[in-house]
Amino acid sequence: MSTPADYGRARPGRNQGVIHDLGYRHYDGPRLGRAVITRALFVESAKGAYGLGRSARSKVMPMILLAAMCLPAIIIAIVTVVTKADAPSYTAYLLNTELLVMVYVAGQAPASVSRDLRFRVISLYFSRPIRRIDYVAAKYAAMAVALLVFMVLPLTILFAGALLAKLPIGDQVPNYLRSLAGAVLLALVLAGIGLVIAALTPRRGLGVAAVIAVLAMLAGVQAAVQAIADDQGRDTFAGYAGLISPFTIVDGVQSALLGADTVLPAQPPGIAGGLVFLLAALLIVAGTFGALLMRYRKVSI
Amino acid sequence: MALIKTDLLTKKYGKVTAVSDLSLEIGTGVVGLIGANGAGKSTFIKMVLGLLPPTSGTARVLDFDIATQGPEIREQVGYMPEHDCLPPDVSATEFVVHMGRLAGLPKTAARERTADTLRHVGLYEERYRPIGGYSTGMKQRVKLAQALVHDPKLVLLDEPTNGLDPAGRDDMLGLIRRIGTEFGISVLVASHLLGELERVCDHVVVIDAGRLLRSSSTADITAASGHIAVEVSERTDVLAAALRTAGLNVTAVGDLLEIDLDDDGTYDVVRDNVAHLGLGLIRLEQRRHRMSEIFTEPAGAVDVNAG
Repeated sequence: MSTPADYGRARPGRNQGVIHDLGYRHYDGPRLGRAVITRALFVESAKGAYGLGRSARSKVMPMILLAAMCLPAIIIAIVTVVTKADAPSYTAYLLNTELLVMVYVAGQAPASVSRDLRFRVISLYFSRPIRRIDYVAAKYAAMAVALLVFMVLPLTILFAGALLAKLPIGDQVPNYLRSLAGAVLLALVLAGIGLVIAALTPRRGLGVAAVIAVLAMLAGVQAAVQAIADDQGRDTFAGYAGLISPFTIVDGVQSALLGADTVLPAQPPGIAGGLVFLLAALLIVAGTFGALLMRYRKVSI
Repeated sequence: MALIKTDLLTKKYGKVTAVSDLSLEIGTGVVGLIGANGAGKSTFIKMVLGLLPPTSGTARVLDFDIATQGPEIREQVGYMPEHDCLPPDVSATEFVVHMGRLAGLPKTAARERTADTLRHVGLYEERYRPIGGYSTGMKQRVKLAQALVHDPKLVLLDEPTNGLDPAGRDDMLGLIRRIGTEFGISVLVASHLLGELERVCDHVVVIDAGRLLRSSSTADITAASGHIAVEVSERTDVLAAALRTAGLNVTAVGDLLEIDLDDDGTYDVVRDNVAHLGLGLIRLEQRRHRMSEIFTEPAGAVDVNAG
């Protein structure tokens, strides 16, 4: 009978000819803290939202969507350069392409969180030094940054087109900056909503469908309610109807607080209305972050 | 120094008690945690990782308190869960590098240690392919590698041989033994299979229904007992009578005779009597305790004290 001491010794004939076996080496280098670990998870997740570092198949959807998102901007930029025509509307761009943004967040939020839940990678994460709040923060930041890239790229293409057309810079920069501020806010709001819905189910397909259903439904209801209220001449109500959809919330902040033009039939009444919209956006961010924390406290290892 | 020291550790889920008043010390080396399914092994491991707050009682791991110093514990401990935990869409190399970084290794160190660790667990060319296409045995190796990549002081392995065929099982047990001896990393390995742990562990802790049944060295448990077993080709009862006449204490167990071993002279008496009766001697061996007896011995015979 083999005893514990000799069990597991290299058996003759096995792995012969392996000359680079140096034996086990211990690690006595630095062990980095929570902050660095959280950042590593953030970087991996943000890259993962474009399929970078994943299989080729994971790259297809985000890259097609990013191209689709930029295509109108490229066309507008070319037209601007050729015709030297009027300045493009930066602040309306994300509202006009909201369907693409919705599809992107619906695809990538579940890819980011349901994967860890479904394959139970999450239990390996939580068996490491990071805490649950670190995981939530890294995933949230990664989704927001991925969305920001998704939205800022076409806006910057528009801006580049305007510069190439030698349109007056003084007119272009403020609008561009307004649209960037709007993109930041929209990225934070959409990341929160997308992740909360996606984290409810380990099934990725279900998550995708749920996110897109919720966002499209809100946008549809918002448009309908605002149109009806506007028809009936109830301006204040029509203005606040923008609170229904995340896209119009951000548009309200842009127009009422930052002085951007809006393509919507109504906008929040004055600065006070704009502040209500900003508050709504911030509440969504805080609320979804809190909801994610609660969700992950319940995840068993 | 005890790596794990628990004091009246208890975990209740509602009315169900998973771990009950567990007080024990686990030292260095390869230690087995044996119990049937549902005995509380996984619950114990999760509490030791600082991931599951105990209902009552305390525990220290590597001298850190599980209640307040979970992150410090998890920096120095590796964990291989019982269940699947691997994403299918990345390669073993990418995944283990990622897990190394999440354990706090700098990027280059994570890459180097990943290459080393995957080689030690026996993953070679296939480590660049997506994990989704791996066999169960290869997946178990990746799970083990991610638990080792940050060079922990202690690894907790929950049913590491689950789902493996006999050859894969042998390889995994060999690896576990090597982790404890060559790598110098202490191992706590949970299993419901007694025979496996007997082969690789220096020490075993037996729990049943959340309670400590026994904690002692493998050598103690499997030590030579004071019996010899004799099996002959025929007329077992005649031999038994002859041996009793010769003054030995003989018990018939099926076709075997169990004889109390007084001194080496006992062997001579048995040999002479077998020869005298002209019987074929099939077996004459000193009996060992088997771990499986731990569960079958009557309750009174089991040492319930923590070792």
